[in-house]
Amino acid sequence: MTNTVATPAADAPKGQSTLLLLLLKLRTFIALIAVVVFFSLMAPNFVTVANAVIVSKHVAINAFLAIGMTFVILTGGIDLSVGAIVGLVGMVAGALVLYGIPLEMFGVVIYPSVWEMIGIALLVGTFVGLVNGLLITRMQVAPFIATLGMMYVARGTALLMSGGATFPNLVGKPEFGNQGFPVLGSGTILGIPLSIWLLLVVAAIAAYIATKTPFGRQIYAVGGNERAATLSGVNVNRVKLAVYMISGFCAAIAGLVVASQLVASHPASGETFEMNAIAAAVLGGTSLSGGRGTIGGTIVGAFVIGVLSDGLVMMGVSEFWQMVIKGVVIVGAVILDQMQRRIARNARLG
Amino acid sequence: MSAVEKADTPEVILRAEKMTRVFPGTVALEDVDFDVYERSVNVLIGENGAGKSTLMRILAGVDQPTSGRIVMGGEEVRFSSVLDAARQGIGIVFQELNLCPNLTVTENIFLGRDMTRAGVHIDMARQRERARELLARLEHDIDPDTLVDDLRIGEQQIVEIAKALADDARVLIMDEPTSALSASEVEVLFRVIAELKKSGVAIIYISHRLEELVRIGDYFTVLRDGRFQASAPKGEATIPWIIRQMLGTSEFARRQARQVKVGEAVLSVKGLKLPRVGGGYLVDDVSVDFRAGEIVGIYGLLGAGRSELFESLFGLRAEARGEVAIGGRRADQLPVSRRIAAGLFLVPEDRQRDGLVQNLTVGKNLSLASLAKVTRFFTVQTGPERQAIDRLFRALRIKAPSPDTPITSLSGGNQQKVVIGKSLMTEPRVLLLDEPTRGIDIGAKEEVFRTMRELADQGLAVVFATSDLKEVHAVSDRVLVMSQGRITADLPDHQATDEVIVRASTRGHADPIPAHDHPAQDQ
Repeated sequence: MTNTVATPAADAPKGQSTLLLLLLKLRTFIALIAVVVFFSLMAPNFVTVANAVIVSKHVAINAFLAIGMTFVILTGGIDLSVGAIVGLVGMVAGALVLYGIPLEMFGVVIYPSVWEMIGIALLVGTFVGLVNGLLITRMQVAPFIATLGMMYVARGTALLMSGGATFPNLVGKPEFGNQGFPVLGSGTILGIPLSIWLLLVVAAIAAYIATKTPFGRQIYAVGGNERAATLSGVNVNRVKLAVYMISGFCAAIAGLVVASQLVASHPASGETFEMNAIAAAVLGGTSLSGGRGTIGGTIVGAFVIGVLSDGLVMMGVSEFWQMVIKGVVIVGAVILDQMQRRIARNARLG
Repeated sequence: MSAVEKADTPEVILRAEKMTRVFPGTVALEDVDFDVYERSVNVLIGENGAGKSTLMRILAGVDQPTSGRIVMGGEEVRFSSVLDAARQGIGIVFQELNLCPNLTVTENIFLGRDMTRAGVHIDMARQRERARELLARLEHDIDPDTLVDDLRIGEQQIVEIAKALADDARVLIMDEPTSALSASEVEVLFRVIAELKKSGVAIIYISHRLEELVRIGDYFTVLRDGRFQASAPKGEATIPWIIRQMLGTSEFARRQARQVKVGEAVLSVKGLKLPRVGGGYLVDDVSVDFRAGEIVGIYGLLGAGRSELFESLFGLRAEARGEVAIGGRRADQLPVSRRIAAGLFLVPEDRQRDGLVQNLTVGKNLSLASLAKVTRFFTVQTGPERQAIDRLFRALRIKAPSPDTPITSLSGGNQQKVVIGKSLMTEPRVLLLDEPTRGIDIGAKEEVFRTMRELADQGLAVVFATSDLKEVHAVSDRVLVMSQGRITADLPDHQATDEVIVRASTRGHADPIPAHDHPAQDQ
């Protein structure tokens, strides 16, 4: 009821706010174009195929993490352990390639094939996510604390695996039948890196889950109003458990790609990656209070951060200034987000 | 309308036997028997805390009974969850709105029961179509793609009802479905209820609006203090009977003569305007004085601008323009905290969202707005805070074990007392109450009114908004009527007849421009 029919006088301001609203909605995309244009003017060699490949390889790693992170944040949670999972999964992969699985009671060592190794590594990441989810749903630990604890545990475990040393040269040996791991990081199809193809697949599946499936709908519902979700018959704990497992799984993919790109695994790799992932999600319009955000937005957000850091490096801006700029961009994005919500709300009410 | 199925007596479709629910510290339900008849409106009545909602939560699978059994169609059934109950044909519309504000109308209606292709792909087109059907059945053309956050409370209530209907329920529980609806929306709802009855659905109906109950109820059951009190079929259950069974007396918000000693204007408003984005005004050129010792009732239909007026006065609407003076001093540039300090306080309509901090105790909520009064050297003085809390806790007769009880475990009426108590602690000179009796029972209402009278006697200006005509007359010394953001009547209570009030409340709706199809027109 109470349908307000717009009077002619009301049209002018409405048109203006619609345009502003559109600009604000596309802000992450506009920001992306802006940084790309800016760096193509400021940094020589920025717009080259070689550079594009390098940048997108960097972006891919953060984007994997950010996709998982988006699912978690949509439920109103947070996952601080993803960076540590990158390190842990890399070490697991490295150990499997170099040392296999020693079965001491039989005196044999099993060397899994690359596919089996990838499967095991993904399981490890998912398992860490499962533990996060169990802590949060069964033990009622706040997500921030549960995943902060897991961050230390996973990082510590990664360091323990090698005593802090790097596992180098993960090429495998023909006699063990486990060659080929570096392909994941350096292989290409049609000139485009394998990790980018992988990102496209993962992003497409994630976006489908988020927008087209009942499970995706339930994720948004849990973040929007947990009580309403419960009363609608949504198994809230199962949804939460699932998003942390997804996040762990995505982090494991990132861990494999990192190790494969370097052809080595280092226990400290992935440090502070969780913050970049959160930043990408927030830049892409995901609300930290849950219930609002899209996978597409997150991917664009990851590209903005990636282009920004690589561009600044190419321009020779000092690392310290890079951090300052990144911080300003992230907070600025949130301010614009608030503006958009206010204007959109007013426009709809009008 | 309900003279339909007198021919053959309806059968009991659902029976709750010896229902008992014990919570730590309290027995919410004790040995309650409740019969639900098919093709009928089964009314459940009782004061707040009488156990109605607890019983409904059990029947809808939200909560499990400590003992007792549910019999449906001759067989004992168990509802392990809401979804389980829904599958067995029980739908429920909850008292407090339970929707996800970030999802659309369609998405909310089908949450937890999505229509899918191959189990994974949501069939959005079909859902949207079905949502449109359901809303059309409720005679509302809300766009199914609207975000719930953008709907008014009344519309959200409609979505809740559509959601409950989506399951083809055989038993539909409605817990206070009309508390947020306007008169014409209530009429629509009653038509829907009549139609549902015809199609064989049993309805369990809870409300505090007695006229409503007597009008649509077929079978009446009264609960008191968690026990079964009485039951009667239509005809035998009259309003006096209901009140007697509920309270033990049959007084209904009787007006008490009050010596009105009206003092000076403590809140003066001149030319207050609140623009609506996209043209027009939510509050349109309001000029009015509120005087000490006076109770002013503001009547208006949903969307008349009462809440917006209060929010503008209280400093919650930055776009509001016009003069506001508290005690003779200009206040329209002041932030909320300074207005509170100047002696103004607002008790908001939506107590769940705006009035209470859910994670604090009763006591902490009471003292929240007046911590400065008990703070010395940047430290809250526990002693004085405790004293002030205890004083209010007793004065308002809040039904809770102690001030340390979590606020969420209180019934609606008692939560409202806490919200009012919180405002009293700031020692206001003007108290604005937006729908102070929404969702609370007669007994608690009378107590709220008594509190309002006492406050006015102490020299406060008390202003309250309501959409219930009886309430206007029960306490007001002076009646204002709002319509379309304007004040369309300002009368002493004895001149304000129902006819005058109703007419004033629809003024402006018939104007050709701006075109509003307000429900009041079909009255």
